[in-house]
Amino acid sequence: MPISAVRIPALLVLEDGVAFHGFSFGAAGETTGEVVFNTAMTGYQEILTDPSYAGQMVVMTYPLIGNYGVNDLDTESGRVYARAFIIKELSSIPSSWRSEHSLSEYLVSQGVMGIEGLDTRALTLHLRTQGAMRGALSTADLDPKSLRQKALASPAMAGQDLAKDVSIDTPYEFKPRLFELPKDRRTLRIAAYDFGIKRNILERMIAEGMTPRVVPARTTAEELLALQPDGVFLSNGPGDPEPLDYVAREVRKMLGRIPIFGICLGHQIMGLAFGGRTYKLKFGHHGANHPVRNEATGKVEITSQNHGFCVDPDSLDRSKIEVTHINLNDQTVEGIRHRELPAFSVQYHPEASPGPHDSSYLFPRFRETIEKSRG
Amino acid sequence: MPRREDIQKVMIIGSGPIVIGQACEFDYSGTQACKALRKLGYKIVLVNSNPATIMTDPGMADVTYIEPLNLETMKAIVRKERPDALLPNLGGQSGLNLSSELARSGVLEECGVRIIGVQEDAIQRGEDRKAFKETMTRLGIEMPESELAYSVEEAETIAERLGYPVVIRPAYTLGGTGGGMVYNIEELRTVAGRGLSVSLIGQVLVEESVLGWEELELEVVRDAKNQMITVCFIENVDAMGVHTGDSYCTAPMLTIDPKLQEKLQKYSYDIVEAIQVIGGTNIQFAHDPTTGRVVVIEINPRTSRSSALASKATGFPIALVSSMLAGGLTLDEIPYWRDGTLEKYTPSGDYVVVKFARWAFEKFPGALDRLGTQMRAVGEVMSIGKTYKEAFQKSIRSLEIGRYGLGFAKDFHKKPLEDLMAMLSSPTSERQFLMYEALRKGAGVQDLYEKTYIKPYFIEQMKELVELEEQILKCKGQALSDDLLIRAKKDGFADRYLADLLGLQESEIRERRKKLGVVEAWDAVPVSGVENAAYYYSTYNGPDRVAQSDRKKVMVLGGGPNRIGQGIEFDYCCVHAAFALRDLGYETIMVNCNPETVSTDYDTSDKLYFEPLTVEDVLSIYEKEKPIGVICQFGGQTPLNIAGELEAAGVTILGASVETIDLAEDRDRFRQIMRQLGIPQPESGMASTLDQALEVAGRIGYPLMVRPSYVLGGRAMEVVHDEEMLRRYVAAAVDVSPQRPILIDKFLENAIEAEADAIADGTDAFVPAVMEQIELAGVHSGDSACVIPPISVPPKHIETIIEYTKKIATELHVVGLMNIQYAICNDMVYILEANPRASRTVPLVSKVCNIQMARLATEIMMGKKLSDLNLKQRNVPHFGVKEAVFPFNMFPEVDPLIGPEMRSTGEVLGLANSFGLAYFKSQEGAQQMLPTSGTVLITVSDRDKHEAVEVARQFANLGFRIKSTKGTHKLLREYGIETEPILKVSEGRPNIADAIKNKEIDLVINTPRGKLGATDDAYVRQTAIKYKIPYITTVSAALAAARGIAERRRGHDGVRSLQEYHAGIR
Repeated sequence: MPISAVRIPALLVLEDGVAFHGFSFGAAGETTGEVVFNTAMTGYQEILTDPSYAGQMVVMTYPLIGNYGVNDLDTESGRVYARAFIIKELSSIPSSWRSEHSLSEYLVSQGVMGIEGLDTRALTLHLRTQGAMRGALSTADLDPKSLRQKALASPAMAGQDLAKDVSIDTPYEFKPRLFELPKDRRTLRIAAYDFGIKRNILERMIAEGMTPRVVPARTTAEELLALQPDGVFLSNGPGDPEPLDYVAREVRKMLGRIPIFGICLGHQIMGLAFGGRTYKLKFGHHGANHPVRNEATGKVEITSQNHGFCVDPDSLDRSKIEVTHINLNDQTVEGIRHRELPAFSVQYHPEASPGPHDSSYLFPRFRETIEKSRG
Repeated sequence: MPRREDIQKVMIIGSGPIVIGQACEFDYSGTQACKALRKLGYKIVLVNSNPATIMTDPGMADVTYIEPLNLETMKAIVRKERPDALLPNLGGQSGLNLSSELARSGVLEECGVRIIGVQEDAIQRGEDRKAFKETMTRLGIEMPESELAYSVEEAETIAERLGYPVVIRPAYTLGGTGGGMVYNIEELRTVAGRGLSVSLIGQVLVEESVLGWEELELEVVRDAKNQMITVCFIENVDAMGVHTGDSYCTAPMLTIDPKLQEKLQKYSYDIVEAIQVIGGTNIQFAHDPTTGRVVVIEINPRTSRSSALASKATGFPIALVSSMLAGGLTLDEIPYWRDGTLEKYTPSGDYVVVKFARWAFEKFPGALDRLGTQMRAVGEVMSIGKTYKEAFQKSIRSLEIGRYGLGFAKDFHKKPLEDLMAMLSSPTSERQFLMYEALRKGAGVQDLYEKTYIKPYFIEQMKELVELEEQILKCKGQALSDDLLIRAKKDGFADRYLADLLGLQESEIRERRKKLGVVEAWDAVPVSGVENAAYYYSTYNGPDRVAQSDRKKVMVLGGGPNRIGQGIEFDYCCVHAAFALRDLGYETIMVNCNPETVSTDYDTSDKLYFEPLTVEDVLSIYEKEKPIGVICQFGGQTPLNIAGELEAAGVTILGASVETIDLAEDRDRFRQIMRQLGIPQPESGMASTLDQALEVAGRIGYPLMVRPSYVLGGRAMEVVHDEEMLRRYVAAAVDVSPQRPILIDKFLENAIEAEADAIADGTDAFVPAVMEQIELAGVHSGDSACVIPPISVPPKHIETIIEYTKKIATELHVVGLMNIQYAICNDMVYILEANPRASRTVPLVSKVCNIQMARLATEIMMGKKLSDLNLKQRNVPHFGVKEAVFPFNMFPEVDPLIGPEMRSTGEVLGLANSFGLAYFKSQEGAQQMLPTSGTVLITVSDRDKHEAVEVARQFANLGFRIKSTKGTHKLLREYGIETEPILKVSEGRPNIADAIKNKEIDLVINTPRGKLGATDDAYVRQTAIKYKIPYITTVSAALAAARGIAERRRGHDGVRSLQEYHAGIR
């Protein structure tokens, strides 16, 4: 931040009353949300536009952010979903030939607040020990007590149906920007539930010869099957899966009738559809470097993750459902599969943007599953 | 996969002497290799010609050879030791090339030696430009357009097709030797010609220029299961066009978006998989910042300077892990700090690392301060901060160039903006400092970017520092607001720099900020692959997160960046101090900022603080850790320079006291003591004006030895023969003041110099060996060859030297190590200087005489007495000759002469049973292969003519043909020595230069003509270097060479290990 610039103070207060002073960038005003951290060293633009962050304020643990600006091509969706962006130091100018906006301008244009100049390491350690919690951020109200009340008054993540807010109203055909359909294979048609779908997931389907038709979260099994797709995809999305039991119900009806693949929130919904339960993690998994073991091969994949809830392995009927992937940091479930029916899902993001591409085999596997089930 | 059971004994080849492009990072990697393989239970055979390394310590390997690094010697060692395996990729380019030669020679096959780590064909695929290019084409990875040329004409045709500028890259050379960017056909002919002559295989690559592109590096590690991880992403802030060894860089990459990083990673994995490297590989890319095109520049399928940096920047020991992988382990068997094992390693962290190179242009008058494709740096520092600004400013004060911040370097701030911008047109060592002043004068970020190709982010960050500094400057003479002080400290401004800006004392700033609670805090760098490592950096941007124990602790201050005059020898001492302290039961705390070193390996000490060696940073650690004291004796001049201030701030200095240091350095006090002790000293005086200097000269008479006070490595030291030279010296001397006068000594002509290292306990001293310099007085001791034991100093003088050394050590109350230099002139021993600290020769003496000097000195500093140590004078039956190694090949425009100012970067040791053979080996080790027959050129100055007769006679007796220039020829004929006359360049053709180029001369003996001939005969030496003909510039070295050649012709001593030599000491 140039020393000559006027710095507007901003205050972040967590629901337990711990306050962090900093300076505003992006939009001014006031907002609340669950405060979560992300340990990726780059990729802030993809994170901000990831719909899974709806309702959340994101803390970056890497201290220097905004250095290469923002470009319109690398966004994960049409807009910023994170409620606010919390960083140590903002670069005042972008340094990349691809940059079209500075990060601050971009947040202003999106009406999203940012705060910089606070000790993000301390904040992260606090969240790591105390668990994820709500917070309130303001440039107008700098009274810690009053902001704490606002944080406490904001809705909790658990029980909120955020997917409904970020989903679409009418179905559409996805138009790829990065990939073209391969010419050497038959094109498959996929119906993709949008609970806050990332563009990169859809791009990866195109790369594998699958054209997605994106459908609203409220689409019923009958409506969906009437489209006669070759497979169904359950997308990622924000927040708690339990309020989405209305989707799980529809998915359950489709099990065995059509191949289904889920990612992240879609995986949790798959868990519910398999008859399981989900629970809230203490501080969630957010970052591009989570090690996951593929139980079939023993191979470890470095994965990109972003979720606060998790499928409870004890709630699953293991005679029917197989746990295919395990998180090596905390042994939580990272992937499941029906032993007989063509349905599988992973908790992490195999499309990985930002993140490593260790897990890119899952999209080809979806295609194989479809082809196999058709005989 | 578990450890390989099919091998028991592994041979490792080191990288030899420290040269530009190959420094102590290979001691670091080689030492890690020894540690890793021994831990796996293998026996190690280690070969290196460099005695100053930790890896050649007799305890690091089972069998240690300090022998010249060449194919013949390696073959002999392989045949003698019969190792099962050879590990080629831990000893730099030299080790890799030699391993490759060994494989091609067939000796490995003959002796059943397998190569582990990187296979011979993999080395070819990675190093041979043609093979590499084919692999890249197959993988679909672009390279800059290029073609190979085997002649200058071919190079011209290719350059025409590609369009100028083009880059010339000779195959198989180090640090880009002989290469460069050329802008026209004339430059192309020069550089291509030079490149072809230095290339091992007479091959150069003519390459499309990618000048100004971003230069990005990845360090990746691959195992036998084809599991690959990226340890570090490095962004070279200096764009393509500046050698990576000279480039200022950051880790992680700060301005590279994730899409590009992913692409680079994918390419890297494809490449190492195709090349089939096991272990670490460095891959360099260029990225066009206007189109996004990515090309791969080169790969190094071995540990490298970058891998050392990456290891220190991430806490991932690449060399250690590479060695384990070569031993058959896979990544999933090596622990990861986070959890589990290394195959799931990803770079992480919330800090910024900056690397800044250190150069030595001031040592090479005539060398142009310009950075290009050939590396010029002699060392580097690394710094860690929470923000870029903090890390950047720490790197400046780590460099130890008398600067504590970016502003007001030299007279840059007095120059108008146009001048500064003009000076920025090509990259120089001063670029960052010039940019800072340009920003102060209002230069735009975009303008600077267009001049330098440094990305706007970095310039903008610098601009913000300038803006803050300008606000601070406004407060000069009045109170600096708390807010401004806090911001300045958070942005990394040093106390000392703020004090200078405001005209205050450093202690005032320190006290002020401490009252505000603005103090250094520390955070950890998590370490993988090593247990119980504790690695920290400081920041003003967060709370302290490092706990301290209540054990008894000792702090060891390291030597900072390598530079000429202070390098690996001091790191060797610091490492030994840490090991000794640990064995004595103390918790050891190491402070250093040089990423290439063993001292900054995470398990050398109990706690490693990677920090600048300044009062501010050291004092902060001291106040936090509360050790029983600090050892300043081992890190060269660096810690001694701050010892006084540290003590004044309440720090306990262990070993030689600040008072002792001052006694030795204060010329008047020292002279007084010498007089009391009855030890003769050359006459001397001090002067801060010309009149004073002339007065001193009148009193003691010419010739004189003159130098500035308080310097290391003989900086700006000269022999002055008359008044005119003295006038010139005083006029050119900078920063002379009554506080920093010029020191003037009587120069003892034709004196033999000798040196003694001693261990002292305050009341007694032990002198393990006296060393004799081969070159006579007037050549800096660091640059002179030297021999243990002495060969021409009579026993009575050796006794005198030992007696004087003991007297001085006792009188000065030296506790620990001491080094004293003597001159023997007209049958009298004079003392030249005494240093109450570790010297450059400590590792040399330790290895030749089998005595652990640094360890013993440490034990004494911690309270033991000499009498407890039971040291005895022992008879060393072999000879050890040290020879210095010079970077003249990197500075072709400089006259390659040796003198009172030190210019060597490294050293080698030759060990043998006779002086002659040891000398021969030392020359061999310094890549100066003396001929055993052929033609020797003798051309000497008038002063040396008579001594030259003896030289010529000896070479004639050995059957050499002698060619000599007019004057020498005439004289030799008078003495009945057969010689053929040869013309100087000024006398017509064919001349000396032609003869050297035509390879008609096998050895050049050329002593410089002094001030009359100084410019006249430099070409003789320069041509010899260019065409790799051994050359000698002093008569005494020529005599030693004759002895060596004579001995060598009588027979080869064979190879013997250090352990075998040591067994012979009684």
